[in-house]
Amino acid sequence: MHQFEVQPIIEGLGFNLFGQEINFTNSALWMFVVLITIYLFMRGGMKRELVPGRWQLMVEGVIGFVDNIIDTSIGPNGKKYTPWVFTLFMFILFANWWGMMPVGIAGIHPFTVTSQFTVTGLLAAISFSIVLIVGFWKHGFKFFSLFIPHGTPLPMIPLIFMVELLSFMVRPFSLALRLFVAMIAGHILVKVFANFVIQSIDAGGASLLVAGLSIVFIAFVSALELLVCAIQAYVFALLTSLYINDAENLH
Amino acid sequence: MEVYGSQFFWLLIVIGIIYFGIAKNMVPKISKTVDDRQKRISDDLEAAQTARDRADQIEEEYRTRINDAKSDAISTIAAAKAEAAKKNEASVKRADTSIAKKAEEADAALKSAQADALKEIESVAAEAARDIVATVSGTKVSAADAKKAVKAAF
Repeated sequence: MHQFEVQPIIEGLGFNLFGQEINFTNSALWMFVVLITIYLFMRGGMKRELVPGRWQLMVEGVIGFVDNIIDTSIGPNGKKYTPWVFTLFMFILFANWWGMMPVGIAGIHPFTVTSQFTVTGLLAAISFSIVLIVGFWKHGFKFFSLFIPHGTPLPMIPLIFMVELLSFMVRPFSLALRLFVAMIAGHILVKVFANFVIQSIDAGGASLLVAGLSIVFIAFVSALELLVCAIQAYVFALLTSLYINDAENLH
Repeated sequence: MEVYGSQFFWLLIVIGIIYFGIAKNMVPKISKTVDDRQKRISDDLEAAQTARDRADQIEEEYRTRINDAKSDAISTIAAAKAEAAKKNEASVKRADTSIAKKAEEADAALKSAQADALKEIESVAAEAARDIVATVSGTKVSAADAKKAVKAAF
């Protein structure tokens, strides 16, 4: 799976940090592509006109969307988390979409940043750290009451506590895995059917029909993937704000 | 090849730039634009509402003033009418009394004239009766007797 491989693109630029070799990889390059795209997109919304143009309206719409997620899941206390949720949403959305762009036609090696568990894992870890820090900062030891739902019978408390704690600890992994798996599975699906197309054409004859069907299928899956890209970004941002809500507004 | 280091390193840099450069710096400005616009719209709406309320109030005032003026006019007319009627009545009364007085005076004058006339007639009659008695019987009757007799005859 060459398209998921991370490799240095400029040899000899690497340096050592905390015993780790840091290279400028294709993954890093695409992260910067995502960054520049987000910057250019946001620049279009900085005209600050009274009557917004289409671009400005789009940027304001995205910001309003994120604000709305925060508002509905955290409430008025959530204003300070907007930058992080916004960062998550925009980075994941643009990274997902860049991974779907047909830049391979122009001979550029495409790469989906979010198809790396190291990337999604770090994002989830930051979100989870925010939850832990905010939870223990605001509520101290009382934060553990999150693991005991209201009205739990006394003898059940230890068991429920363990179950809830387990589900809480699994959160960052499920958060990271969901995005990573959705991205990698979609790309592999497209790749598998692309293989069908090539092999069918090589075989010739009646299998050309399979090639045609596969191309139609690829088109549909690609359209579906574009939707999944947006949905996964939304889910990541939404779940992060829901988890933060647990810490911010302890029940 | 181990890539965790480079992945984490570059991701943290990119995420940091997005967080501090875009989400913390650009987003609030854009949000402010949206809020300002929203505020302006609501302010405009509010101003329109106030203007409408004022217009309503002015109309209300106008209406009450018109009504007041109308009722004022009506009461003034009624008062004037009453006054006129009173004056009329008074002058009629005055005329009545003066007429009655005059009639009374005339009556009194008439009565006194009658009494005078009666007295005159009486004295004339008494004179005449004395004369007649004197001529007929040759007896002289005193004036007082004659008068008495005439009075009895009357």
